[in-house]
Amino acid sequence: MDEDSGSMKRVAGCGAGAIVTKSIGLKPREGYPNPTIIELECGILNAMGLPSPGIKEYGEEIRKFKSLKIPLIGSIFGSNSKEFVELSRKMQEYGADAVELNMSCPHAKGYGLEIGSDTNLVKEITSKAKSSVDLPVFVKLSSNVSDLKDIAKAAEKGGADGIVAINTVKAMKISLELRKPVLANKIGGYSGKAIKPIGVRCVYEIAETVDIPIIGVGGITTGEDALEYIMAGASAIQIGTGIYYRELDVFRKICREIEGWMKKHSVKKLSNLVGAAHV
Amino acid sequence: MNGPMIKTVIESKIEAKNIKTIFFESNEKTIPGQFFIIWIPNVDEIPMSVSYIDKKIKGITFRKVGEATNALFKFKKGDKIGVRGPYGNGFKIKGKSILFVGGGTGIGMLAPAVEEAIHKNILSTVILGVKNKKELFFENRFRKCGAEIYVSTDDGSKGYKGFASDLAKKFLSGNSFDSILTCGPEVMMKKLLDLSKNIPFQASLERYMKCGIGICGQCCIGEGLRVCKDGPVFDGKTLKKARDFSVYKRDAAGRKVKF
Repeated sequence: MDEDSGSMKRVAGCGAGAIVTKSIGLKPREGYPNPTIIELECGILNAMGLPSPGIKEYGEEIRKFKSLKIPLIGSIFGSNSKEFVELSRKMQEYGADAVELNMSCPHAKGYGLEIGSDTNLVKEITSKAKSSVDLPVFVKLSSNVSDLKDIAKAAEKGGADGIVAINTVKAMKISLELRKPVLANKIGGYSGKAIKPIGVRCVYEIAETVDIPIIGVGGITTGEDALEYIMAGASAIQIGTGIYYRELDVFRKICREIEGWMKKHSVKKLSNLVGAAHV
Repeated sequence: MNGPMIKTVIESKIEAKNIKTIFFESNEKTIPGQFFIIWIPNVDEIPMSVSYIDKKIKGITFRKVGEATNALFKFKKGDKIGVRGPYGNGFKIKGKSILFVGGGTGIGMLAPAVEEAIHKNILSTVILGVKNKKELFFENRFRKCGAEIYVSTDDGSKGYKGFASDLAKKFLSGNSFDSILTCGPEVMMKKLLDLSKNIPFQASLERYMKCGIGICGQCCIGEGLRVCKDGPVFDGKTLKKARDFSVYKRDAAGRKVKF
């Protein structure tokens, strides 16, 4: 629900505190052929393949959205630092309040995770993107790496203002009857309830490694899920697939559930819970 | 849910030139106006409105227009397709007298709606608009179920010569309908919406879809209205507020494409 200004406005009206756009690249890109998404028992598997109208056309959507008061975080994907810099500048020009560097899409050749699993590239891209704009820059990371802590550290060294973790988890679904993968791209990214423990673990590990804020994401469906991420070290959370489980007002529902929990446990400030699980 | 259900085609039937119906077994409760997402292995996955509703069998009717429908057109009894759904809201069929207007392949999905209306003893007037008589299908099916049928062709090869919306205009001036239900080219549906005035109006829209479950945003119109989840059937009040109705749709990349 981040395709156009109309959708983002509707989500904003459902209680979201900020909106992250879909990931936008320099040029129009159709993404992969369908099937691009599969409903599974414990989550959703997708291989959209980073479809985007391109930064030029998307500018209009951002400008239209900006009539609202809540912050807009422009998510971008590029194949090198030059592209990330150009995209960051455009996002600033169009009025985005922050930039999120997608270094974690698990199924797009030459983009996302292929960049985000290299500590040097992460540091270089973050640093160049950060110095090209006057906006907060967040780096979205994947759980599909063996050295997550090093990569988070590289983003911090590059000057990131925050880490976003995690993106979808690399996965596959095979149809027994047809004896073949269902997704046109074969491999996709898994989201939804099943990946929450993976995300919580990653946020916990990143929190032990860096001093910058963390935005937790992955399988958050309820207020209790959000609190788990917060106790692991997240200062904010993102919701995507939660819309599938609890409809568009999932944002308001989760906020109410967090408030309810805090009241019940006499917690006055949510910030008191950030990282509470670390001894 | 564990991915698309693999179904065997139990029958395929040519309805008119380049128009075919494929039947498959499905026990899913389905209402007229809902759609399935059909996976054509190795080719594509596309949304298709239900055109036959039986307790145990469902059908989809489509025209050969692109890669996916060309491939599906070759499917015959015994071939396997993947099926997700039914998805979407469907028509609300009520009142004493309904005017149905189907344009082109939009005729297919109106058929079960008309059948349900007749079943509910609703007086059903149906306008079928096609380019020429070779593209007309389901005419006998509509007649057999007891609806009053009128045909319009762009070239005058059968029935009224002109657009279905022009023929509808004539009907609207001399009759009182409780409701107008339509599916067809969006420009036609927009004309009907303008003609409908105070008569409750429902139109079924088509957009490029990816997820079909209301999360990706690909098919949104107006202020975040998901054709796959909040639609595909929208009422007149909603469509009057949706600025993109009959103006533009979006391609796979999300770029605007004018109608």
